[in-house]
Amino acid sequence: MAFIPHTREDVEAMLAAIGVGSIEQLFDEIPANLRLGTLAGVPESLSEMEIGRLMAERARLDGRPLCFMGAGAYEHHIPAAVWAITTRGEFYSAYTPYQAEASQGTLQLLYEYQTMMASLTGMDVSNASMYDGASAMGEASLMAVRANRRSRSQRILVPSTVSPYYRKAASAIAGNQGLVFEEVPYCTEEGRILPGALDRYDGQDVTALIIQQPNFFGRLEDVDALCDWAHARNILVVAVVNPTSLALLKPPGTWGAKGADIAVGEGQPLGVPLSSGGPYFGFMTARMEHVRQMPGRIVGRTVDAAGRAGFTLTLQAREQHIRRAKATSNICTNQGLLVTAATVYLSLMGPAGLERVAAASHARTRELTDALTRVPGVRRLFRGPFFHEEVIAIDRPAAPVLESLAARGIVGGLDLSEHYPELGQALLVCATETKTTADIERYATALAECLRAARAA
Amino acid sequence: MSNVPSDLKYTKSHEWVRTLSDGTVEVGITDHAQHALGDLVFVEVPEAGRKLTAGEPFAVVESVKAASDVYCPIAGEVTEGNPALTAEPEVINSDAYGKGWLMRLRPTGAVPALLTAAEYQKLVAEEGG
Repeated sequence: MAFIPHTREDVEAMLAAIGVGSIEQLFDEIPANLRLGTLAGVPESLSEMEIGRLMAERARLDGRPLCFMGAGAYEHHIPAAVWAITTRGEFYSAYTPYQAEASQGTLQLLYEYQTMMASLTGMDVSNASMYDGASAMGEASLMAVRANRRSRSQRILVPSTVSPYYRKAASAIAGNQGLVFEEVPYCTEEGRILPGALDRYDGQDVTALIIQQPNFFGRLEDVDALCDWAHARNILVVAVVNPTSLALLKPPGTWGAKGADIAVGEGQPLGVPLSSGGPYFGFMTARMEHVRQMPGRIVGRTVDAAGRAGFTLTLQAREQHIRRAKATSNICTNQGLLVTAATVYLSLMGPAGLERVAAASHARTRELTDALTRVPGVRRLFRGPFFHEEVIAIDRPAAPVLESLAARGIVGGLDLSEHYPELGQALLVCATETKTTADIERYATALAECLRAARAA
Repeated sequence: MSNVPSDLKYTKSHEWVRTLSDGTVEVGITDHAQHALGDLVFVEVPEAGRKLTAGEPFAVVESVKAASDVYCPIAGEVTEGNPALTAEPEVINSDAYGKGWLMRLRPTGAVPALLTAAEYQKLVAEEGG
């Protein structure tokens, strides 16, 4: 049986009906010089058996290292039920619902997801998800420009404690649309923004301030003071948050006197495996006053003509199938499968379960940095509160040390020298509830050996 | 047949313009436009002080069917956006030429040629309205 929906006869009948000779003719409007005749560099097709074997061989190269890296993606325990439910045929389908209202179960799940995310972030409204945390921050910046009608500058203040990967993605998405991202320097002793760093923007036209909590270094920003500073100057606040941390930390909806305006983040920690970097999903929630500037899809609950409860896509008038180039975003989609996993994960964990995960991750990270800083030549770089990541300084070059650790089956963290050369030889390390005391001891012992070897060399 | 008051001026993009006694102008969308859009659910009006050029989009009217831009007929500075529309966008449906005004504007420079009621009526008829 062919899994192709249209037979040759179907295609010919459709072409005849619209008076076109061939499918090629439908693309006539694309100039010939812009069309690529062949796809250079794309290898010949493989059979299912061959591709299965190739992928299995490549997967073996990944190994199963003991991972102490975070930096935006986190290894958490995923209850077996999460993906058993998610991959059921009823859910395992297109990434965003087409002919959406025909799939009431999918819409109900998205509605439940939105309710959970709004509750977790303390905001009024959630969309049905975005591609990932980084693109969600780019979209939130564009949304802030649309929502802050008192500001004309399209200037977005971004502390350098916001993930450098997110900053790069946001510039790529929004930079060509006239947005200017201005970096705000941080305190190298505390690894966070001091409210005084913003003083030089007093009296200037600024559209929005982005605050990541916990920040890229795992430190806690003074979100209340930063949020109030911005709101006192008609600057909107975009919160970038880790969803697991919100089981313990103040949700963005309650930051300062008014709360953040938009909250975004990476949804991967909620039941999505690391999986070599994706697919993940982003989340976005906002205050109700900004809902019409929100990109993406939103599912609403309503009643049908007979008064029965049902679910429907809502606020679609600004999506691209209606507004074309003037849509709020050209990401009018959601990450259906990953959101299904996150919704199942959150419902299985519950608020108390998520809080246990967050508390255990914090405790393991404390244990990790206590163990690592007992190793000669290793020290903690910042003082003050953190969530489940810390920065450690080592007295040898970081890159070769990480290579030696990798040879011992340990991913020792992220080398910060590329993005933060001012910190010297520094590693961003993370431990979640998945790490045991034995794992931590294994890392500390291996690090001591690697540093000793590096000094001897 | 649409309601096209004879004392107003019109644009091809379905805005109306009323000159007020103090020299400012009031701008809205025509009865034909509101009818074509259907029930309005949200309106975004400009802030006072905003400077507009002729032809620039200055407001968004959103119905259950579509969100559409409204274009400024005359260059000038906004003196007021209609504050009542935030809570009650539907007054554009019920009173497009009265309570449904979108903004008041102080024109700067020459006022471009606009359509008379008769000319606008002809345009609507040609468009099948």
